[in-house]
Amino acid sequence: MELTVGPNQFFWDAASWRDFYARLADEAPVGRVVLGELVCSKRLPFYQAEIPGAVERLQAAGKAVAMTSLALVTLKRERGLTAELAATGLEVEVNDLTALAHLPEGAAFSVGPLVNVYNEGTLGWLASRGARRICLPPELPPGPLGVLAGASPMPVEVWGWGRLPLAISARCYHARLHERAKDSCQFVCDRDPDGRAVDTLDGQKFLAVNGVQTLSAACASAAHALPGLRAAGVAALRLSPQAEGFVEVCRLFRDLADGRIDAAELDARARPLAPGGAFCDGFLTGAAGVAWSGA
Amino acid sequence: MMELVCPAGTPAALRAAVEAGAHAVYCGFADETNARNFPGLNFSRAELAEGAAFAHRQGAKVLVAINTFPQAGRQALWHRAVADAAAAGADAVILADLGLVAHAAEAHPGLRRHLSVQAAAANPDVINFYAETFGVRRVVLPRVLSVAEIAAINREIDAESEVFVFGGLCVMAEGRCALSSYATGLSPNMNGVCSPPSHVVYAEEGAALAARLGGFTIQRSAKGAPAPYPTLCKGCFTSAGTTGHVFEDPASLDASELIPALAGAGVTALKIEGRQRSRAYVKEVVKSFRAAVEAVATGRPVPAGQLARLSEGQAATTGAYAKTWR
Amino acid sequence: MSGHAPEIPVFPRLLTQPLRLLPLQPMAAALTLVARRLIQRHPSLIARLGGHAAARFAIDPTDLPLTLLLYPHPTHTRIELHRGVPESDARIAGPLAALLGLVHGAYDGDALFFSRDLVIAGDTSAALALRNAIDDAELDLGGEIAVLAGPFRPVLLPLIEAAQRITGVALTRADALPGGEEGLA
Repeated sequence: MELTVGPNQFFWDAASWRDFYARLADEAPVGRVVLGELVCSKRLPFYQAEIPGAVERLQAAGKAVAMTSLALVTLKRERGLTAELAATGLEVEVNDLTALAHLPEGAAFSVGPLVNVYNEGTLGWLASRGARRICLPPELPPGPLGVLAGASPMPVEVWGWGRLPLAISARCYHARLHERAKDSCQFVCDRDPDGRAVDTLDGQKFLAVNGVQTLSAACASAAHALPGLRAAGVAALRLSPQAEGFVEVCRLFRDLADGRIDAAELDARARPLAPGGAFCDGFLTGAAGVAWSGA
Repeated sequence: MMELVCPAGTPAALRAAVEAGAHAVYCGFADETNARNFPGLNFSRAELAEGAAFAHRQGAKVLVAINTFPQAGRQALWHRAVADAAAAGADAVILADLGLVAHAAEAHPGLRRHLSVQAAAANPDVINFYAETFGVRRVVLPRVLSVAEIAAINREIDAESEVFVFGGLCVMAEGRCALSSYATGLSPNMNGVCSPPSHVVYAEEGAALAARLGGFTIQRSAKGAPAPYPTLCKGCFTSAGTTGHVFEDPASLDASELIPALAGAGVTALKIEGRQRSRAYVKEVVKSFRAAVEAVATGRPVPAGQLARLSEGQAATTGAYAKTWR
Repeated sequence: MSGHAPEIPVFPRLLTQPLRLLPLQPMAAALTLVARRLIQRHPSLIARLGGHAAARFAIDPTDLPLTLLLYPHPTHTRIELHRGVPESDARIAGPLAALLGLVHGAYDGDALFFSRDLVIAGDTSAALALRNAIDDAELDLGGEIAVLAGPFRPVLLPLIEAAQRITGVALTRADALPGGEEGLA
């Protein structure tokens, strides 16, 4: 089972961003890293200058590197950024089909979890268009997931760890919570490096907001689903970056995949590191996404 | 005149919409192939054929929404829906899934294809990609765009555009939202339902009415206060000491006053949300909007809005059409 | 339905008072007959209910001193009347005018619900299915009752006529019979 590190979903300052990818290159037992800005194009200028150095360091460490597209492309500037991605020479991870429009026919690309690939028809069409790898949407239930993993001509990846990306919007909830307009948000989402908790009126931990993105409050973990995923033919788990303890999370999943620890031990050791302090894996068992099979 | 595209959850609503002046009616089959897969709603094959014949006699079109994402291993259900829509005389199908659009283009080249709002095609590049690759003739624009952005899109695309002007409002980019399945296991993309009624529980708690979805408290209203349906993104939540509608107030979209601006922005068709609403609602809203588009077509001002009572939570918003909404 | 907030009429107590004294059985039998007749003439009602056709629906007109318990079964449709709150799978409560207006397409269910004129409890899915099925059937209760022959007609008809005259409540299909009261003639 391969491990892929997905694009960082949150807004970190340039120094934290640089250190994160330096440690990932030097210490994390993962084969593949997807970089770049997924959530909000306004964040990119703050760390853009760090990207080439990070790519070099990761590649020098023997890791495959891809660049993500934005999850939602609306503005002219965002269209420009998406077009430029194709020209970087790096593999592009398409997370909005807009990126596809800019990729030359036959160019290799990968498909990220925010593209709606729910069936063989879509999977097959993308493969014929040049897709070389795909991370399935997190909400896909186990039945369809097995069908797709079995039918896919390319390696299939599944969400393995991290707060689940549940929705994307034109509206910025961080700005709204701080009573600011999106255009003068003053980048207030940088205060919550793993997202800002949104609880119910009865104090139930439920969701987290991250600028224009909405995430699960609980941290998804595929630890218990791993045997089933492996049997279905899933090639890789995707681990989603978090501000603290991420290299340790990567090591735990490597140990789990290689049989050195079991899922219960991963639970026990990873729980203190989990954003939100709770796990979920309901999407992988066919229940509501919030459900947890390890309880 | 701008084309008025109106909802029909039942054959009775279809007739009500056509009689009230709809230029086109959109509807779906009674299964998970359409994004309003609610109990008691939607059309059998025979009802669709009858409805299409009725609409055509009155000079109206019927658009069939097959706008969920086919489930792996069961694609045949969606393929059959496209074929049956064509056979029933549909004037177009409204599709969201890339693979299903590709299938329809190949298997039914003569059937007009519209791109559903669920495809979240939010810029000219991706819209032209669908138009050029699959011959998509019209795109229903996601509710994340301002009027100025819609105008800019229309200058660059080789397809018609359709925008929502009234009814329930998604805060999230549609077709890109798994909030409902996170809480309930059922999602708009896979099951055609959001915040499904089967997972809603109301509880009277003293002087308040609490609404829970999948066990999560979505809102609590005082007795006698308006009680919007507990749609997840319109709920009342708490974040770091702040309590309120974190995502969106329980308001619904009313862009009737923006019709002249939308006409100026090059929009071809105006869409009314509400296949889950009654024929009474459909009749009232369609009548009002037909009068509005006729007024705009002849350069008269839009008649003042009279639809507040029908709105969710009885408050209306112009949503993303005003840039300040973001 | 007016574009303005509709004032939902509430039945005057004077009129509902006699209901406390009337025996429920004959009225329930008459209503059962009406319901069976409706379902025979509108088979789509049952089709639209799907699996919810087996549910028990408590229809509770909050301004009347009784509650209807509806079993929509395709061949054994039954209506019971209760003075208390009967056990049910789904309960729909509101002023009789709102409930009748819903049946006759004069009001929109969601709008009544948003304004809290209508309250739903229990199986929300079943309640929604019933509402949608009834909305599609374009029923005309006044018309159905008016053509009912036999001993039951006198049990219900005078009550309905009086109610409509006094309150202006929609007792016939709003779209089919704009004049309303003529619908009973």
